[in-house]
Amino acid sequence: MKYLEEFRDGQAARRMAAEIHAVTRGEWAIMEVCGGQTHSILRNGIDQMLPAGVELIHGPGCPVCVTPLEVIDRALAIASLPDVIFCSFGDMMRVPGSTSDLFQVKSRGGDVRMVYSPLDAVTLARKHPARRVVFFAIGFETTAPANAMAVLQAQRLGLRNFFMLVSHVLAPPAMEAILQSPGNRVRAFLAAGHVCSVMGYHEYLPLASRYGVPMVVTGFEPLDILEGIRRAVLQLEAGRAEVENAYPRVVTEAGNLPAQEVLRRVFTVCDRTWRGIGTIARSGWRLADAFADFDAEQVFEVRDIHATESPLCQSGLVLQGKLKPNQCAAFGHECTPRKPLGATMVSSEGACAAYYNSGRFQPRAQPAVGQLAR
Amino acid sequence: MCLAIPGQVLSIEDRDGMRMGMVDFSGIRKEVCLAYLPEVQVGDYTIVHVGFALTRIDEASAQESLRAFAQMGVLEEELEQLRESDAEGTAGPGQGGGAQP
Ligand code: SF4
Repeated sequence: MKYLEEFRDGQAARRMAAEIHAVTRGEWAIMEVCGGQTHSILRNGIDQMLPAGVELIHGPGCPVCVTPLEVIDRALAIASLPDVIFCSFGDMMRVPGSTSDLFQVKSRGGDVRMVYSPLDAVTLARKHPARRVVFFAIGFETTAPANAMAVLQAQRLGLRNFFMLVSHVLAPPAMEAILQSPGNRVRAFLAAGHVCSVMGYHEYLPLASRYGVPMVVTGFEPLDILEGIRRAVLQLEAGRAEVENAYPRVVTEAGNLPAQEVLRRVFTVCDRTWRGIGTIARSGWRLADAFADFDAEQVFEVRDIHATESPLCQSGLVLQGKLKPNQCAAFGHECTPRKPLGATMVSSEGACAAYYNSGRFQPRAQPAVGQLAR
Repeated sequence: MCLAIPGQVLSIEDRDGMRMGMVDFSGIRKEVCLAYLPEVQVGDYTIVHVGFALTRIDEASAQESLRAFAQMGVLEEELEQLRESDAEGTAGPGQGGGAQP
């Protein structure tokens, strides 16, 4: 296997893949939720090491990919204002809105800055009291504690010129929406390890029992992912549907309690629109009313900006695991990472981009089962 | 953005009421907020996400993760983002601030 050779623990990975081959009898579709895991799976060819009965489908866990077009348009509108310093994580810079992206706004003279931490944006607000500093707060539960703390810090420092454009999304409601959707094929989930490092994994217990799906908390490295898959298959074969932690070196059941407390203070659960999927009830966080003064959506009055997606793009089906990226007619033709049409091609963690960058232009080849099982 | 990478805490201080620390990521040093890990000590390894330490891990798993990320080619991407931040003055030694007016 060409990919396998590339990582040091190829030996261990082969052993684990062989174990998965040995225990698999049925046909199982398993969804990895996190975009980082999708990237790792494609990069290391993990999907090609699995038995024919085990199919990985790639979930909606790339926050850049699921941020709705209209939110990006709102960001672009705010970033274009002359008195604004607009701060964003690097990944959002080239995500296309309806007509432009943050890089283009910057090249036209907008003051757009790439920051590593939301606290960098707070520092900028302190240094430039005459400017309005807006931070683009996207991400899952993993990123939210950082953004929440930045708001608290701005409040503590008495800053009146710091604002946040919030589009946070939550993993468990999206997983539930996938389970409820007609034609759902997902039989087990690999729950995203770093989301669970913040939130713990008790939220998954009712989901596992209500829908009868195993949920295995899984890390990002190739061996972690194989271990998550192995445990999910063992449960499926035994007819069990439990929550298991295959990433105990990072994740505890309770999660990070100080972070959860700050999240509860700063954010309120809200309905959220997911790019390519649509609105999912109670699937996001917005700033709590007590922090309305920091809410860029209210202060800059951009809520009237709406947008429609390219009709060519099938990323909604891709995000729900109903279509492989390379089965989309536009994949690699009208749509490439340089000229992305849709959500899942814009970020290196999106399923379409991960397929493109790993050269998966054809639907899955048969894995060399005999070779791996030996 | 989603990748959280392990680093080692070199020093801890209180800055504007916030528990901050200098963390070493494979040679790149960066200020990190430690508010969510009140128990973390100098010398400990922690997983850092967008400038915030979220979990303490042991040294062996930290090294293991760094090696795996390096092999996957994602460590460089992530360290690049650490280096490229446009925020003035908050970047570590040897890094240019924003070129903005
Ligand atoms: S290949 Fe492009 S157009 Fe097709 S689903 Fe993916 S992002 Fe959308």
